[in-house]
Amino acid sequence: MAIPKVEELRNNVAHEANMFTGAIPRKDWMETPAEFKEGNYAYPTKPEIQEYHKFPNAREWNPEDDDWLLPDGWEKIILDGLKDRLDKFRSLKVYMDICVRCGACADKCHFFLGTGDPKNMPVLRAELLRSVYRNEYSVGRKILGKMLGNRPMTVGVLKEWFMYAYQCTECRRCSVFCPYGIDTAEITMMLRELLHLVGVGINWILEPAANSNRTGNHMGLQPHTFKENIGYLVDDIKDITGIDVNPTFNRKGAEVLFITPSADVFAEPGIYTAMGYMLLFEHIGLDYTFSTYASEGGNFGLFTSNEMMKKLNAKMYAEAKRLGVKWILGGECGHMWRVLHQYMDTMNGPADFLQVPKSPITGTVFENAASTKMVHISEFTADLIKHGKLKLDPQRNAHRLPTFHDSCNPARAMGLLDEPRYILDAVVPKWHEMPENTIREKTYCCGSGTGLNTGEIMELRMRSGLPRANAVEHVYRKHGVNALANVCAIDRATLQPLMEYWLPPTGDDPMATTDVDVIGLSELVGNALVMDGEIENRDQGLRFEELVPSDEEG
Amino acid sequence: MKVLNPFIAVLVLIAAGGLLGMSQGTQFLVGVVLPSVAFLVFIVGFIRKVLDWSSSPVPFKIPTTCGQGRSLSFIKEDRFDCPTTKGDVIVRMFLEVFLFRSLFRNTRAEVHDGPKIVYGSSIWLWLLGITFHYAFLTIVVRHLRLFMEPVPFFVPIIEYLDGFLQIGAPVLFMSGILLVAAAGALMARRLIMPQIRYISLPADYFPLLLIMAIGITGILMRHTFRVDITHVKELTLGLASFSWNNPGGIHPIFFIHVALVSTLMVYFPFSKLMHMGGIFFSPTRNMANDSRAKRHINPWNDPNIKPHAYASYEDEFREFMVDAGIPVEKELPAKPATEEEAE
Repeated sequence: MAIPKVEELRNNVAHEANMFTGAIPRKDWMETPAEFKEGNYAYPTKPEIQEYHKFPNAREWNPEDDDWLLPDGWEKIILDGLKDRLDKFRSLKVYMDICVRCGACADKCHFFLGTGDPKNMPVLRAELLRSVYRNEYSVGRKILGKMLGNRPMTVGVLKEWFMYAYQCTECRRCSVFCPYGIDTAEITMMLRELLHLVGVGINWILEPAANSNRTGNHMGLQPHTFKENIGYLVDDIKDITGIDVNPTFNRKGAEVLFITPSADVFAEPGIYTAMGYMLLFEHIGLDYTFSTYASEGGNFGLFTSNEMMKKLNAKMYAEAKRLGVKWILGGECGHMWRVLHQYMDTMNGPADFLQVPKSPITGTVFENAASTKMVHISEFTADLIKHGKLKLDPQRNAHRLPTFHDSCNPARAMGLLDEPRYILDAVVPKWHEMPENTIREKTYCCGSGTGLNTGEIMELRMRSGLPRANAVEHVYRKHGVNALANVCAIDRATLQPLMEYWLPPTGDDPMATTDVDVIGLSELVGNALVMDGEIENRDQGLRFEELVPSDEEG
Repeated sequence: MKVLNPFIAVLVLIAAGGLLGMSQGTQFLVGVVLPSVAFLVFIVGFIRKVLDWSSSPVPFKIPTTCGQGRSLSFIKEDRFDCPTTKGDVIVRMFLEVFLFRSLFRNTRAEVHDGPKIVYGSSIWLWLLGITFHYAFLTIVVRHLRLFMEPVPFFVPIIEYLDGFLQIGAPVLFMSGILLVAAAGALMARRLIMPQIRYISLPADYFPLLLIMAIGITGILMRHTFRVDITHVKELTLGLASFSWNNPGGIHPIFFIHVALVSTLMVYFPFSKLMHMGGIFFSPTRNMANDSRAKRHINPWNDPNIKPHAYASYEDEFREFMVDAGIPVEKELPAKPATEEEAE
C-alpha cells in the first residue's frame, strides 16, 4: 500500500474534512458502515496459524469481501461470549453501564487525532459494543430500542468491531481523562476476544504468538540462532570497547534470569539497547543468564486474550524455577511490563520459589516487587547510579541531545516515570522534555502498539503516531533534539519509521534516515559506561558512530 | 431528531402532571402514589444494579497510574494519583468523587497548519459538571426539610449559605438557578459542539431536559405560584411516615414537579445516571498500584493453562542446543560426544 508523501499527509491531517478538523459527518455513526480497503486493515490470520492455536473457524478470508465466512450461529457465539465476559470482568460490566458520553475522552486518542474518524473517539469505540450490550440487557429495550441507542448484533456491527478494535493500541490515555476511569483497553481487549470466538483476528498478532509459544520468542528464533545473534553483539562490543562480555544461556544456578523483548536481540535499534544491557551487567559483574526458552519479554497474548497472555507469560516463572535463579530482571519494554506488573503474579504466581529481589551490588531490596519478584531494568539501573556503582561519562553521549518518550504501559499501568529520567540525567549531558500534555501519564502512544506495527497499515500508523511525532518535532525545532530515548522495544521498532517519515534527514549524511534517532535508554547507559580495561581513547559509540572528542577522557 | 423525542417526553410528563394535579381525586395518584412507588423503584433498582456489578469479580489489578508509583526510596512517589496503600486509594477516590479530579485534567486538542497539534486548557466541562452536581446535592439536602421533623441541623445552614445573596422574598436559592443554568449549558454543549453532538443519544438529552424542568418548576413553585408550603409539607411528611394523605389546596405546579422528580427516580437506576454508584466500582480508580508487591487473586484463574513445556521445547531443539553449547536437561542419545558447556 502506497503511503502518501509526507508533505501531502502533513497537509491532509490539518485540512481534510473530518471530525477532528471540525467537519461534521452527515450520517449518524450507526448508519455509517465500516468500509475495508487495502491499507486500512491488517491482514487476517492465516488458517494454519489459526489451527496451531486451536482457534475456531480457520479459513482463508478477506475483510474486503462481503462474506466473512462466519460460522453458523455466530451471533449466538458472540452474545454468549459477551455474557460470559460480563460475568467474569466487573470492569466490563461497569464500563458498559456508566458512561455518560461527556466527550472528555474524544480528543485524547491518538487514532482520533490522526484520522479524525469519529469512531476513533474512545466513547464511540466503546459504544460499538455498548449499543449491542444495551440491546441485550437494558431495561425497556423492547419498547424504547433505538431511543436508548441500541442495535442488534449484525455482520455490519461485527465488521465495525474488527476495524476499530484494531485501531486502538490499548494505550489507556483516554482512561486518564475519563471522570470514571473507563478504560478503553478493557473494551478493546474484550472486543478482540469476542472476535476470536468466531475466527476473526489478525495474523500479525497470532503468528508471533504462535512463534513465542513454540520457540520462545516472537520471531521464531531457534535457540542456537538466538545465541548466535547475541554472539554478534558480543563481537561488536569487543570491537568498540575492547571488552569481552560473556553472556550465558539457560545456565542453572545463576542469580538472576534476564528477560527482554527478543527484538532487542535481532533488530535495530534494539540491538544497541541489548549491547547496553550486557555492558552494564559486565560493569557490575552481575551473575545472570539469558534463556532461549523464555526468550521473549513481549507478550502477544495481551493483544489476543487473557488465556493466551497467561499461557505465554507462564514460561517466565517456569524457566526461573527450572534454572533455580533467585529473581528475574526485565528489560525495556512497554506492554511486556503491563503484563509483568499487573497480570503475571495473578495469572501465574505465586512465585514462592524465588526470593524478594535484592540488588547484589547495592543491597537494595526491591520491596515494590516483593511478590512478583521481577524488577524493571530502569529501577535496577537507577538504584546503581544512586549508589555510585557505575562509572559514567555522559560526554560519551555528547553527540546525542535526547528527549524522552514515556511508553504507554510503564507510564499508565505501572507509574514508572522518574526512574528513566533519573538515569537519563546521569548518562547524557543534556536533554529536553516534550510538551507537558504529551509526556508522563499523558504520553502518546507510538501509534503501532498492541500488534499493529505491520506494514500493510503504514498510513494509519503514521497518522496515529502523529501526536507523538508532532511533540518530537516541537522539541526538534525548538532545541535541536536529535534523539528519542525510550524504554520500549515496540517503540524502538515503530518510532524509527515514524521519525523517518515525519522527520526525514536534512543533513548531508547519505546514510541517515531521519534527523532524530530512536534510542533505548540502556544504550545510552552502556555507551556512557567507562569499563575497566577498555581500549584507550574509545572513539566509537555502540552504533559505531563517531564520538565527540572529549578533553576529560581518562 | 435525537433531541426532539426526549423534549416531547418531558412535555408530556409536564402535561400529565399538570392534568392529574388539577383535581383532588387524581392528585393523590400523582402526588402520593407515584412518588412512593418511584422511590421504591429507585432504591431497589439502585441496589440491584450495585449487587449486579458486585457479582462479577475483579480478576486483575488494573489501576490507571496517573503519576509516579512507589519504587525506590529516592524517587518521589505521587501518592494520590498513583496510590499504593488503601489510605491513598481512598484519597484518590475522594478527589475523584468530590472534586472530579480526572475531569479537571481535561484539555482541548486542535490541529493547525504544519500540522501542529496544540492543547488548550479546557476547564469548562469540569466547571459545568461540578456546578451541576453540587447544585443538585444542595437542592436534595434542602428538600430534607420536607421529609424530616425536626429538620436536621445542617439543613438551615445549607439554606443560609444557598440564599447568601439575599435576593427577593422568599430568598432566592442560588442552587436552583445554578442547576438550571448548568444543565442548560451542558445541553447547549451537546447541541453546539460537533463532536459531542455526534456522540449524544436521546438518553443523554432526556435526563438533562428532565432535570432542567424539575429545576424550573421548583423555582416557579417558590417564586411565581407561591405554593402553600404548609400543605406541601403535610403531604411530604405523610410520604415519609407512610401515613399517606393529600391535604388539598396545593397548586397543580407542585404535582408537575412531583411527576418529573418521580420520573427521574424511576429512570435513574436503569440509565447512565448510575455513574453515581459506578464511579466507586471502577477498577482503574479504586485499586492500589501494588500488584508486584502483593499478589492479587483471580477467582476464575484457570490452573489448566500451562506454558508450552520446556521438555517439549528441548525435545524439538535438543540437537541444535547441544551443537550451540546451550545446556540441556537430557543429553543426546549416544553419538560421538559433543563438547559440553563448562559453565
